[in-house]
Amino acid sequence: MNERDYDIVIVGSGAGGGTVAQELATLCADGVRIAVLEKGPKLREDDYTGREIEMAQALYEDGGGFLTSDGSMTLAMGSAYGGSTVVYTGTSLIAPRRVIDGWNVPGLGFEEIERRSKKFMEQNNVHLIREAEINENNQMFARGCRRLGYNAQQFPVNVMGCLGSSLCNLGCPNLAKQGTHRVQLPQAERGGVEVVTRCEVLRLEGKTAVARVRPKHASEKGEPSSWAPGEYRIRSKVVIACGGAVHTPALLLRSRLPASLPRLGHGFTCHPALILVAEHHRSISNFVGHPKSYYLDDFVESEGFVLETCMYFPFTTAKSLSGFGPSHSEFMQAFPRLQMILVLACDHAEPGNRVAVDRAGQPVVHYRFTPAVRKALARGTITSARIFFAAGALRVHVPAAAQPMVEARDADQLDDLVDERRFRPGGVTVSAAHLQGGCGMGLTAVDSVTDSFGRVHGVPWLFVADASLFPDSVEINPYLTIMALADRAAQKIRQDARDLLA
Amino acid sequence: METSEPITATDAPPLHRVFRPVVATVVPAAAELDDSAWSELESLVVESLQRRPASVQRKLRLFLKLIQWLPLLRHGTPFTSLDPERRARFLTRLQEHPLPVIRVGFWGLRTLALLGYYGRAGGGREIGYRPDPLGWDKYRP
Repeated sequence: MNERDYDIVIVGSGAGGGTVAQELATLCADGVRIAVLEKGPKLREDDYTGREIEMAQALYEDGGGFLTSDGSMTLAMGSAYGGSTVVYTGTSLIAPRRVIDGWNVPGLGFEEIERRSKKFMEQNNVHLIREAEINENNQMFARGCRRLGYNAQQFPVNVMGCLGSSLCNLGCPNLAKQGTHRVQLPQAERGGVEVVTRCEVLRLEGKTAVARVRPKHASEKGEPSSWAPGEYRIRSKVVIACGGAVHTPALLLRSRLPASLPRLGHGFTCHPALILVAEHHRSISNFVGHPKSYYLDDFVESEGFVLETCMYFPFTTAKSLSGFGPSHSEFMQAFPRLQMILVLACDHAEPGNRVAVDRAGQPVVHYRFTPAVRKALARGTITSARIFFAAGALRVHVPAAAQPMVEARDADQLDDLVDERRFRPGGVTVSAAHLQGGCGMGLTAVDSVTDSFGRVHGVPWLFVADASLFPDSVEINPYLTIMALADRAAQKIRQDARDLLA
Repeated sequence: METSEPITATDAPPLHRVFRPVVATVVPAAAELDDSAWSELESLVVESLQRRPASVQRKLRLFLKLIQWLPLLRHGTPFTSLDPERRARFLTRLQEHPLPVIRVGFWGLRTLALLGYYGRAGGGREIGYRPDPLGWDKYRP
């Protein structure tokens, strides 16, 4: 067993880990030794080919096919230097005041989240892209919303030098997206933080992280790890878990922690999402341009869903359509004429929806669609179909209908056609990429796992700084809120460094 | 046959022999693929499966066996001997089956078939999907 010594170990390098690494890097000047241990690889610039399956296997956990325990939903998690910030679209929204107020975490207010979020909006070049660079797939959504009196809003995005490849979710081939792999991690490394890739932390034994470094196989993308393959015991004084809402609870569950944490793994939410597709009579620009320019949150409080524009790749699109055979293939053949909308259900923490580990210590996510989530997906489907038709679509594929192809002439029957009962295991393809909860913040171990700084109750040397901190879903794209909370945790660690690192 | 070894593209019948008709039922155009395209399709599926837990591979083997032999009960012949129309009807029954385990099993198999077919280099081109890293610089009129 190899041994290493650090003062601070950060597990994971996504929105949380990358931010914490950067914000703590100033300590390195005082001789503090900091390591980031990242399970995934660091890709080289020419590794980003835009090929769907190849990139999904290189950048996502289980190639993007991680399933919940009953097989009803696929969870997308980035696994790379930069975590999920390598594969998101860079959409950057500040958490709504009503959400932060609703979390009701003592000591954590909206103003602080807003202030810290704005810091990273500036740091990561968040801005609105020019209208001339918005493609027809997005424009049609905005037009359909306007015709229906809905208030579609443009997403601020964190890109620099975006060419509009449309390939954001496969890792930007032009390195335009300003995720932590482009901004915070390089800054941290310049400050003296060591980032070790292909290094999976298996468990914590007290303050010692037991980890395994995987070799890079010849067929794999990316750089080899800076450490030789093998098992390691990495001693430190502070551990910050930033592996995301699945892996952080799983890591803590399989570790020997000197505290009872009955809420660990509970409170998992994920914004279950549905990809909807419509066909127009002519080709539209869809696979060129930033894929996600607009969102609609008019219905978030009344019906529990948000709509976003999106554009996915052939396999992901095919998987999202219901059924198979000639009608399925015919729709796929219309690809250049397709418009897409993503429906996100704003789910809430529910008993039973949680992260656990199996006998081998691997994460298992238990998640059932509540009646409210099924209803939100159904209402979101109906609203999306209306937007498609208002934008001029000929037909809409409605996966939650017995006959999924709905023609424009049948638009007035949408309420009757959409069947909530079809959101069941093995039914409609539902996926989620906004994984949250499992180590929720709160006052005591009775109602939460950490305090408002992400410090685990009863374990003063152990912090969490990722989306698992969310006590309930954030109802928007989560990364800025993750960065804001990670920034807050890092500030606390800096303030208490004298005691923590003694 | 229920072992923890990964399914491979050269898997012996009936598993390998059953998978191709399933793919060609899910995507009828797959029946027209040449050997090289089938090889690419199956390699993608195999690579995807190799990254999944062994239990997933075991379940897939079992499910393919069920698909091959369940039609004996209704049609008196295995899946591979059914005509395309009956194959489609049989798979539709699995897709709509009241037992979640059957529906989920078919959903997984259908997903693999679509991954193999549309994940091929030609899978995107054939449906007019032609993204380019140069984005607007490539496509702006």
